[in-house]
Amino acid sequence: MLEQSFACCTDFFEGLNGYGQLLLLGTWVTLKLAFLSLCLSLALGLVGAQAKLSTARFWRGCAQLYTTLIRGVPDLVLMLLIFYGLQTGVSQLTTRMGWPYIEINAFSAGVITLGFIYGAYFTETFRGALLAVPPGQIEAGRAFGLSSIQCFRHVVFPQMMRFALPGLGNNWQVLLKATALVSIIGLADLVKVAHDAGKSSYQLFYFLLLAALIYLLITMVSNVFLHLLERRFGMGVRGPQT
Amino acid sequence: MIELVQEYWRPFLYSDGQQISGLTMTLWLTSAAIGLGFILALPLSIARVSSRFWVRWPVQCYIYVFRGTPLYIQLLIIYSGIYSLAAIREQPLLDSFFRDALNCTVLAFTLNTCAYTTEIFAGAIRSLDRGEVEAARAYGFRGWKLYAYVIMPQALRRSLPYYSNEVILLLHSTTLAFTATVPDILKVARDANAATFLTFQAFGIAALLYLIVTFVLVGLFRLAEHRWLAFLGPRR
Repeated sequence: MLEQSFACCTDFFEGLNGYGQLLLLGTWVTLKLAFLSLCLSLALGLVGAQAKLSTARFWRGCAQLYTTLIRGVPDLVLMLLIFYGLQTGVSQLTTRMGWPYIEINAFSAGVITLGFIYGAYFTETFRGALLAVPPGQIEAGRAFGLSSIQCFRHVVFPQMMRFALPGLGNNWQVLLKATALVSIIGLADLVKVAHDAGKSSYQLFYFLLLAALIYLLITMVSNVFLHLLERRFGMGVRGPQT
Repeated sequence: MIELVQEYWRPFLYSDGQQISGLTMTLWLTSAAIGLGFILALPLSIARVSSRFWVRWPVQCYIYVFRGTPLYIQLLIIYSGIYSLAAIREQPLLDSFFRDALNCTVLAFTLNTCAYTTEIFAGAIRSLDRGEVEAARAYGFRGWKLYAYVIMPQALRRSLPYYSNEVILLLHSTTLAFTATVPDILKVARDANAATFLTFQAFGIAALLYLIVTFVLVGLFRLAEHRWLAFLGPRR
């Protein structure tokens, strides 16, 4: 029994030899995708939160519609809708305008879709965090003569981040796991690479397990990183213990 | 658009001719996973808050692994990974279980949602007022009766808002079932898209169906909160 499993192990690592690099490449695609869509969704979230708290009813309505629709429809449906729909829309536009055919590659479609979807979740997080900043802070900032942009940059943002970080961390983890879905629209991310490698080497189970382990590793590393960030933005505030 | 609806309303709602599909399938998957996950999560959450390391630790590991990896990869491992092992195929019972796509998807969704639910319930148990438990002990409650009559009813009520989130997330995750050839709403939408090339309409109908189910669930949970969490609100 022991010998058998040992032989299985060596087989596995020999099998990995050919595919190790491929797996690394897939991991890199996953990380790049997650990071770029994080940037996009953070930007969308900030804008969305401002719109939600704006005094103009039109912007409030738009932001409300955006968050409700996105959060009520599954990611995967939206992803397929945007991925195929965007391609159809763009090719219709190009043929009508007489432009050359533009193909949207899976990577940018993935970034746009994930960013657009998670922007709605970040909007809610930022909205809550913005509401948690005492209005007196903003008034004081304005009274000191800061412009509204300066006031946001130096007064509101650092304080808001402290309230937003736990939610942001959560959303980041969900986003990271949602990147696995892009393999369904044909992007060679970690899941797809592991699946293909496993299929062609007849060791599907081990390769999928390895991919799951890599995801766990990324989660662990980002947990440490988030903890550091929380310490950084929590500076000057007494924590529950210490 | 109208032709699409006329041709595909039946598979979208309940049947594609051979088996149940579409909305019914999605609801069935969701309720099976939620029901099984709920039942499993009750003992696991009690184990999760246990003071004994050897009871707490395995549950903690399980939760960590299932919350730290994507559901898609869990589904792939259970659906195609396990079946690729020769040892599984040799056992007739395991073979017949893992050959069926529906069994695999329900198993994957159950394990996944159970991990999240356990964490939610454990958090609720931990946040219970100490005095409540002490009062129950003073009245002579102990062992499983303490849990069945005092701790769990309280904890379940208080976890209702978080639990409703988890149910909706699971409903949204069931879209992955089509990768294992289970005919849920999204699978029907993909088939309709492949047959008619009406991409936007086909996926739009699917999105609308999911939106409606989500709103109904949100409404139901709001009613439930009104019913069982009324004691937390302001006194009338």
